[in-house]
Amino acid sequence: MLRFTLNRLTQSIVVILVVFSITFFMIRLAPGDPFASPKAMPPDVRKVLVERYGLDKPLAVQYFTTMGSYLKGDLLPSMSYQGMWNSKIIKDAFPISLIIGLSALGVALGLGLPAGIIAAVRKNTWLDYGPMSLALIGICLPTFVMGPILIAIFGLKWRLFNVAGWFEKTDWVLPAVTMGLIYAAYIARMTRGGMLEVLNQDYIRTARAKGVPGWRVVLVHALRGGLLPVVAFLGPALAGIATGSFIIEKIFNLPGLGQHFVASVFNRDYSLILATVVLYAVLLVVVNFLTDLLVAWINPKVRLS
Amino acid sequence: MPPLRLLFLLCSVLATAGLTGCGADPINAREGAREKIFLINNKAEPRFLDLQRCNSVTEHHIMLSLYQGLVSEDRNSDKDVEPGMAEKWEANADKSVWTFHLQKNAKWSDGAPFTAQDFVWSYRRMLRKELGAQYAEMLYLLKNGLPLYEGKVKEEELGARAIDDATLELTLVGPTPHFPLIACHTSWWPVPRHVIEKYGGIYDVMNPWTDEDKLVGNGPFKLKRYLFRQYLQVERNPHYWDAANVKLDGVRFYSIDDDAVEERLFRRGQLHATYSTPLSRIPDYLKNHPDIVSNYTNCASWYFRVNTTRPALSDVRVRRALAFALDRKSIIDNVLRARQQPAAGMVPPMEGYTQVKEFSFDLPQAKRLLAEAGFPAGNGFPKFNILISKNEASRQIAEAVQAMWRQNLGISVGVTQQDFSVYLTSQQKLDYDICWAGWNADYFDPATFIDMWMTDGGNNETGWSNKDFDQLLADAKQCADAQERLGILTKAEGILMRDTPVLPLYFGTRTRLIHPAVKHWPQRLLDNPVWYHLDLVYPPPASSMDAELNRN
Repeated sequence: MLRFTLNRLTQSIVVILVVFSITFFMIRLAPGDPFASPKAMPPDVRKVLVERYGLDKPLAVQYFTTMGSYLKGDLLPSMSYQGMWNSKIIKDAFPISLIIGLSALGVALGLGLPAGIIAAVRKNTWLDYGPMSLALIGICLPTFVMGPILIAIFGLKWRLFNVAGWFEKTDWVLPAVTMGLIYAAYIARMTRGGMLEVLNQDYIRTARAKGVPGWRVVLVHALRGGLLPVVAFLGPALAGIATGSFIIEKIFNLPGLGQHFVASVFNRDYSLILATVVLYAVLLVVVNFLTDLLVAWINPKVRLS
Repeated sequence: MPPLRLLFLLCSVLATAGLTGCGADPINAREGAREKIFLINNKAEPRFLDLQRCNSVTEHHIMLSLYQGLVSEDRNSDKDVEPGMAEKWEANADKSVWTFHLQKNAKWSDGAPFTAQDFVWSYRRMLRKELGAQYAEMLYLLKNGLPLYEGKVKEEELGARAIDDATLELTLVGPTPHFPLIACHTSWWPVPRHVIEKYGGIYDVMNPWTDEDKLVGNGPFKLKRYLFRQYLQVERNPHYWDAANVKLDGVRFYSIDDDAVEERLFRRGQLHATYSTPLSRIPDYLKNHPDIVSNYTNCASWYFRVNTTRPALSDVRVRRALAFALDRKSIIDNVLRARQQPAAGMVPPMEGYTQVKEFSFDLPQAKRLLAEAGFPAGNGFPKFNILISKNEASRQIAEAVQAMWRQNLGISVGVTQQDFSVYLTSQQKLDYDICWAGWNADYFDPATFIDMWMTDGGNNETGWSNKDFDQLLADAKQCADAQERLGILTKAEGILMRDTPVLPLYFGTRTRLIHPAVKHWPQRLLDNPVWYHLDLVYPPPASSMDAELNRN
């Protein structure tokens, strides 16, 4: 297990380094620049800005100074929001994305797991067809349709929630549900698939033959194996969920990280793009690493191979 | 406890932790009206809170609440000013030296005394390259402004002098009869020396003096809270010289850039004023809710820039043919639908100024010009592209124009969409054929729409140059007689339109949704809110949207 862990750890560091380098150079290749403004900038002013952010230096020098700052934990200032530190932008935005993401995950698991289990156990009955058809609709319906529908009903018609913003204790509900429903649909279908496979195996039949109660067979014996596809899916999904969805944050006007991801690219804010991408890469790597450990723990076969 | 309820509780607790102290601030328009807190969408996140670095309308609208210049735009009229930090002012005979007498009880928002020296120091700061202020060129109007910027003279030689604590004398490069209107622009406003110097380098962009707990201004309001990407809130400034006449207790600026989202917020009763209205919803609001929608001309000109260095487009006859083949009324009636005015020239209607009316929809003329240029019925005309940014209105306009030119002139045109920053860069590098663009007035004077086309001017971006035109602009700058000056500007606009490096399209309007509680929303050409004059009434009067707006 130790070797397995060390192995993965080295891989992770390499991945982050590669992501850092590729991002750094690719954003410089894109046309446009961080200081573009509708009113033309006098060349003198541009020169001041370019020098201020070190963009006049050779690319290699910029690359190594940037890396040096990152190693010291300094994410540099933003180039489009001048006077603002990237670390502060991320510090403010990340918790909001995280809250929305985790509650969406709660919604997804809370709805998806039971639906998937019941559908598998009651295969080919209406308890299977009903939820699975809904799940298919959920997968097909994009968030930018689902969000406004929920807003129209719960926000504008019944006035239960705010339609956008991050002001009140209940403002997480609509975004989390919008995001959660889509994931719930995936999870339901995956749970059903995983459970069906496991329920047909010999050890389940043995358990039943020994007289273990039906619910125990399903929830204890079968679920552990049946959840494997879901766990494998959730790992990478978690990083995406936690760093925020641009569409959700735009529809609900949430000050989360997802907006910065996209806006920084539109603004060609070189330093903020790098900061958000590296953060995402780190999260993805960490979560993948944990997922691998978890899967290895659940399924001894993985450890042995 | 059932798991679902537990989950809800957990998330709520988390969310509360994530909400950074919103306290008792109102978030709906009714409460806001009661507490006199104005809730407005300001479209975009400010990129700077340092007054002298600001360069966008977004920032300008916030700065109008935090700072004040020598004079302010008149609350009722576009072509007048009213006292700001100066209670009265006078000019010498040729209007090149202006003397301002400051308000007796002028103070900064932290209570520090406000003197004429603050203006002088601010202008010197603005005119330093290290600051990187985009609007520094506005101050070239001061005597020795440009030389100071270039480092050729000493600071003391700048044409800005404090005669005593309450008297400021500005010496300009030449006669400027409309100077008070220019002085309304943010570049002429003061910044607090005592605060900037206290927290860091004068020109350092990372100087934290604009943080929410440090920022000091001299406007009717002061900064209360700034939550990046959420909102910026200002509260009453008790030290403002005219605090007794300020009606609101605060303003909250949101930065929602999606007009569908802001419209939903408005209908949910969370806003007093939107920034715009979704294009597709404008006709319905104009027809069914005339009391809610506020539609007014806003002193903006929308046009196509033509790259005059490209083959075929370098021929003035071609450019004029393209301009004559634009059915402006049809674009307004079918695409924009917000009562814009067709533009026959570059400068929007301004009192006292004679507009140039060069272009109308004139197909025979267009066809004749195109044939003369060697492309009868569009034969052999090189294919070119219309460059637009990713903006819904510009896409629809470009498609309409594409169809017009194809049907009317037999010319094949493509449309290229680019991210905003790329679109701007392409224009600066003259890397386009024809490009959709617009210009908002910086100050209320036709020069703001004409100066930009000067040879090699930063905002020319067409490759066009005309010596006579440049000469007229120079003459206008030296002209002490206001009416004569406007006549010169009309002549200059005439040359611009005759050479046609721009194809005028329409003069813009603003279409905002305004809550019935709002009093004194200014429908002014410059569209700058007069924060010290605006008011909210409670309970809000009845309106055609009561079913939505007057519920909680």
